[in-house]
Amino acid sequence: MQAIEFKNVSFSYGDGDSRKEVLKDFSLTIKKGSFVALLGRNGSGKSTCAKLINGLLIPTSGTVTVFGMDTKDKSNLFEIRKRAGMVFQNPDNQQIASIVEDDVAFGPENIGVPRKEIKERIDYALSVTGTEEFRHSEVARLSGGQKQRVAIAGAIALLPEILILDESTSMLDPKGRKEVMEVVRTLNREKGMTVIDITHYMDEAVEADEICIMDNGVITAQGTPNQVFAQKELIAKCGLELPVSAKIAEKLKSAGLPLPEGILTKEALSDKLCELLRKI
Amino acid sequence: MLSEVTFGQYYPSKSFVHRLDPRVKILLLIAYIVMIFTAQNFLGLIASLLFLSLTIIFSGVPIGSVLKSIKAILFLVIFTAILNILFYSPKQGDTHLFWVVYVEGLISAGFLALRLISLVMGSSILTLTTTPVSLTDGIESLLSPLKLVKFPVHDLALIMSIALRSIPTLANETERIINAQKARGADFDSGNIIKKAKALVPVLIPLLISAFRRGDELGDAMDARCYSGSKVRTKYKKLTLSVRDLIAFLVTVVAFAGVILLNIYELNVLAYFAKIWG
Ligand SMILES: Nc1ncnc2c1ncn2[C@@H]1O[C@H](COP(=O)(O)OP(=O)(O)OP(=O)(O)O)[C@@H](O)[C@H]1O
Ligand SMILES: [Mg+2]
Repeated sequence: MQAIEFKNVSFSYGDGDSRKEVLKDFSLTIKKGSFVALLGRNGSGKSTCAKLINGLLIPTSGTVTVFGMDTKDKSNLFEIRKRAGMVFQNPDNQQIASIVEDDVAFGPENIGVPRKEIKERIDYALSVTGTEEFRHSEVARLSGGQKQRVAIAGAIALLPEILILDESTSMLDPKGRKEVMEVVRTLNREKGMTVIDITHYMDEAVEADEICIMDNGVITAQGTPNQVFAQKELIAKCGLELPVSAKIAEKLKSAGLPLPEGILTKEALSDKLCELLRKI
Repeated sequence: MLSEVTFGQYYPSKSFVHRLDPRVKILLLIAYIVMIFTAQNFLGLIASLLFLSLTIIFSGVPIGSVLKSIKAILFLVIFTAILNILFYSPKQGDTHLFWVVYVEGLISAGFLALRLISLVMGSSILTLTTTPVSLTDGIESLLSPLKLVKFPVHDLALIMSIALRSIPTLANETERIINAQKARGADFDSGNIIKKAKALVPVLIPLLISAFRRGDELGDAMDARCYSGSKVRTKYKKLTLSVRDLIAFLVTVVAFAGVILLNIYELNVLAYFAKIWG
């Protein structure tokens, strides 16, 4: 069974004159255990997509299913939200309690987990996100990256199989971003969690197994980072850029260096450059 | 600086009083207040002040912090005391000093002032030794019998808890908006009170709008974490009573009994002291 399936989904905000169609006949399948980056310019419909997955929004037509459960059926919502956790952009707007452990406990409390197991889940969520040392701290006193890791811990405490990150790293500095991405990658590789990472950072997207690009409410490209970033015109047309290392490689190539295609990461670029140096 | 403002005036420590169960502390504060109003004479009041001093000593809170709480009500205390002196209705045998002032009037005013001061000092011990979070937990637990009459105790506690946790966020936001308005030439510091109040309007409106936006997102975040009211909800935090709480309870009972005895045997006690001092 697929983790998430959008089948011919249309969605509009508002009605009457203010009606705004955001998704049009949108179809997308996300495999269990995959790490998908969802890219697209501002207003392309990424957040709408994310909110359709856990039933915060319901499609106007078409169906969204999570592990085969239709989000339209209200009786499924509890189970869907349990299995698809979501972390939002601003850590300040998703915190419920003042103290870290109380905040992490909020999800398990909601689904009626017994007290002893809540404690185990808090232990687990804090250790996976590396936030044990803040357990009894006030969330307000943490840094942005730490807060966002606590928010991830809050989502993970529900033991979801899918984790949706809606620009969860966008308010963080490079260090905070790295902290959060490391946590997410571990969850994907070691716990087999399906991850959907909505982001504007191309360098973050390159690390995904699969990239989907949205524009104007439809998927315009889908594939491995190499496949997607090879389509340079399309990338530009969708209002996006290549990863920094790819841009540098392009520049070097046009300056005459014999670099191969498909360099996307810092590591790949430095490897290839070293190879060239050794040949000289 | 604004962001440093946390609600209340909690003084962090691990003292005996700090570690008491918040429910016990709330109940004992109520008992203390009743005790002050039960005391009919200075001896009783002094006994309750002794009890208060004992609490302060075992709370490890510097006396200065406790006294600071009086500052806020000093005006009220002086004002009521003066009214008491001016409007004292003399009884037969009272000692007249001058104008409308009687010795007995002075004494009753002093008694009232002392009562008010001990009241405020006692309450401030509670907020100095209990974090707002555990205070909320305590209130929720104490109110929980009201669930039987369908009173939404859980929702109330959640609202309080979200309100508490929003204070630093909104304080930060206020500071940001004030700075933004200052950068646009707003003037918050000059003019009379009315002018200053008016200057705050362009701060409050963006603050309100942003609070609504945050509330909206928070609602989504709560839904995403399976919030569905109190139907199946369990609670992680559990308040447990310990020996410590029992000790505090017993000490309070003794103090209360002392105050009542002093009410009844005031004259005997005075006579006893008179005999000792010859
Ligand atoms: N609550 C709403 N009511 C009305 N229109 C909305 C609402 N939320 C989003 N929209 C509109 O829907 C479109 C898609 O929004 P969405 O938030 O999904 O974009 P996005 O891809 O997440 O953009 P960004 O990168 O800026 O986060 C936008 O044009 C936006 O104006
Ligand atoms: Mg968005």
